[in-house]
Amino acid sequence: MVRNPTQVDAAVERMRTLTRPVGLTGARDWDVSVVDQSRVVLTPTRDGSVRALKDAMSVARDVVRRRIDPQGTKEITVVTQGENRILVQVPGVENPEALKKLIGQTARLEFKLVDLTANPAEVQQGRAPAGSQVLPMAEGGGSMAVKRRVMVSGDQLTSAKQSFDQDGRPDITIIFNSTGARRFGRTTQENVGKPFAIILDNKILSAPTIQQPILGGTASISGNFTVETANQLAVSLASGKLPVKLNVIEERTVGPDLGKDSIHKGAVAAIVATLVVILFMVVTYGRFGVYATLALIINAFLILGIMALFNATLTLPGIAGFVLTIGAAVDANVLVNERIREEQKRGRKVRDAIETGYREAFTAIFDANITNVIAATLMWYFGSGPIRGFAVVLMIGIVTSVFTAVYFTRMLTALWVRRARPRTMNL
Amino acid sequence: MRLLKLVPDDTNIDFMRWRNVALVISLVVTLSSIGFTIYRGLNLGVDFVGGQMIRTTFAQPVDVEQLRGRVEGLQLGEASIQEFGGPKSYQIRLPKPAGGDATANVAAEKVKALLTQSYPGARIDAVETVSGKVSGELARDGAMALGLAMLGIAIYIWFRFEWQFGVGALVTLFHDVSMILGFFAFTRRQVDLNVVAALLTIVGYSLNDTVVIYDRIRENLRKYRKMAIIPLLNLSLNETLSRTIVTSLSVLLALGVLLLLGPEVIRNLTIAIFLGIFIGTYSSIYISATILVWLGVKPDSFLRADNEPAGGAEPSRA
Repeated sequence: MVRNPTQVDAAVERMRTLTRPVGLTGARDWDVSVVDQSRVVLTPTRDGSVRALKDAMSVARDVVRRRIDPQGTKEITVVTQGENRILVQVPGVENPEALKKLIGQTARLEFKLVDLTANPAEVQQGRAPAGSQVLPMAEGGGSMAVKRRVMVSGDQLTSAKQSFDQDGRPDITIIFNSTGARRFGRTTQENVGKPFAIILDNKILSAPTIQQPILGGTASISGNFTVETANQLAVSLASGKLPVKLNVIEERTVGPDLGKDSIHKGAVAAIVATLVVILFMVVTYGRFGVYATLALIINAFLILGIMALFNATLTLPGIAGFVLTIGAAVDANVLVNERIREEQKRGRKVRDAIETGYREAFTAIFDANITNVIAATLMWYFGSGPIRGFAVVLMIGIVTSVFTAVYFTRMLTALWVRRARPRTMNL
Repeated sequence: MRLLKLVPDDTNIDFMRWRNVALVISLVVTLSSIGFTIYRGLNLGVDFVGGQMIRTTFAQPVDVEQLRGRVEGLQLGEASIQEFGGPKSYQIRLPKPAGGDATANVAAEKVKALLTQSYPGARIDAVETVSGKVSGELARDGAMALGLAMLGIAIYIWFRFEWQFGVGALVTLFHDVSMILGFFAFTRRQVDLNVVAALLTIVGYSLNDTVVIYDRIRENLRKYRKMAIIPLLNLSLNETLSRTIVTSLSVLLALGVLLLLGPEVIRNLTIAIFLGIFIGTYSSIYISATILVWLGVKPDSFLRADNEPAGGAEPSRA
């Protein structure tokens, strides 16, 4: 609302300079427009909201990571997924509920003065004088009117620790940064004898009376805490508030026994399966089977290495993709070796049969793998979560399988032919 | 060392002789698969419909009806209880609670408390909670990604080969996917994200098989221009037969080991892929190749590409 209509244009100009450009298209994050000649309305543009969400999500991701792992030593995964999701993976959690609380709490801490002028009857009905608001108490019901103006907020603290008060009850000691300390000191100085409210996520934790100015920049928050909840809140406060509220929409827990059991069984099965395939390859293709096996092993390490490089997690669909690429690599070797057999049968000499075999088999390998690349790209682009995991592994795997199954084995074969100059070959 | 040769040299199997029989069988099975999937519906897991799944192992074998009664006593909606991997392991599924995500967590806690109290020594192996929002998205995105991937592949094959081959690949993939879904609808096995992973793997494998055979058909079409289409397809299939057998067998061997020794959690996935290898191998011979006969692929389909690449007489060539 602009009081003097002649200044509307000036106000609009002033506000426009406050908006920020988004991206390279010249779009700005807020639209400034004038309604009824005297009201200036700010509407977020589409680009603006997208960016605001993106910024909020990346802050939220960092906050969540700090909360779960303040020391940065645990093996946790915190990544944003899609536009407005965060995926958190934590191994060895004993109490998933506590973890969810830790993630879900916004932890917006505010100190506000209690409005003593408010009429208690009106406060009961939820009405507060201008410049104040009614907030509920965190414990025991009831509500209280507080000034809207924030004395100090959680953004202005440098640390928060769980401690104990004089009576030995758990509380939280916070230390403000210099601006926070100065503001807290000044306000307490001006309001000695009056109560102020400590507000967490719009609920009043407590409303102590200011006995004397607090100038040291520290304060303690008491409430009905246990050591655990106090500790949790301290961690949340120290890690900063979440810019958005997070809801848990998907949760999967695997018990430690089942996890170990499955992994053990899965590992044994995978090793036996690999050995069986290797045996089959060697029995079928002899020397060339050994080359194929070497290529497969290198391929598996390459895929896992590249995935580690990109920090990709191996999910079950990812494992399926892995199995498929290993299958494709086996197939590439089979195609080459069968083709060499065929060419030999047609009467070609060793070196010629190998050359032709690789050349002729390549078109099939190439087309089969390109179609898989196309499928993987589309799945990655349009799919979500698990399908993307599958697609990523498939894309990595296709590149490495073609490389190892075609070029690497060809190199081994060429080395053998050059060294041994075989007149016949057992294939 | 004498090497293993599973397929004798110079086989001459008349695959195409049974093509009409195969086509009828495929048609019947595919249609009934689609029918089963539509009318009986798939047993969709929590991943796609939302809700909760709790897997638990008891110290002693328990009475399922009693367990069901106790779980339903919690008033959390209709529970489905299934044995999972042994007489002491069960999977309990609960529908999506009406009250949103917060109540979902409360519900899981209640079941966990019930299990540990009523059955001493019970172990909670896994808990999965998926909200309706995520599950709908997973199902929709999954279907769309799969559909578009199939279409993309068909277009590529059309450019690299001929339009008939593109259509053939698309029909083959459709055939395989609907058969697998039909199998799951028929057996009421649970369809979860793992099955989607399996489906993707099967499509990838079947496609690989189809392309390898198409590649040989393309090569022979260029080589033997006078040969009629049926003998040419038979020749191509026989030439690639040894490769088909060796590749399928090595994959089946690996999967067989996983079925015997692997953990219960991937059993659904392994069964689906195992079955898919058979279907994929069969379909790349009988569906992919047979469709070429129906769509009238002729030896001169590739003539222009070889002799007059700049001629541009046929727009379908890239």
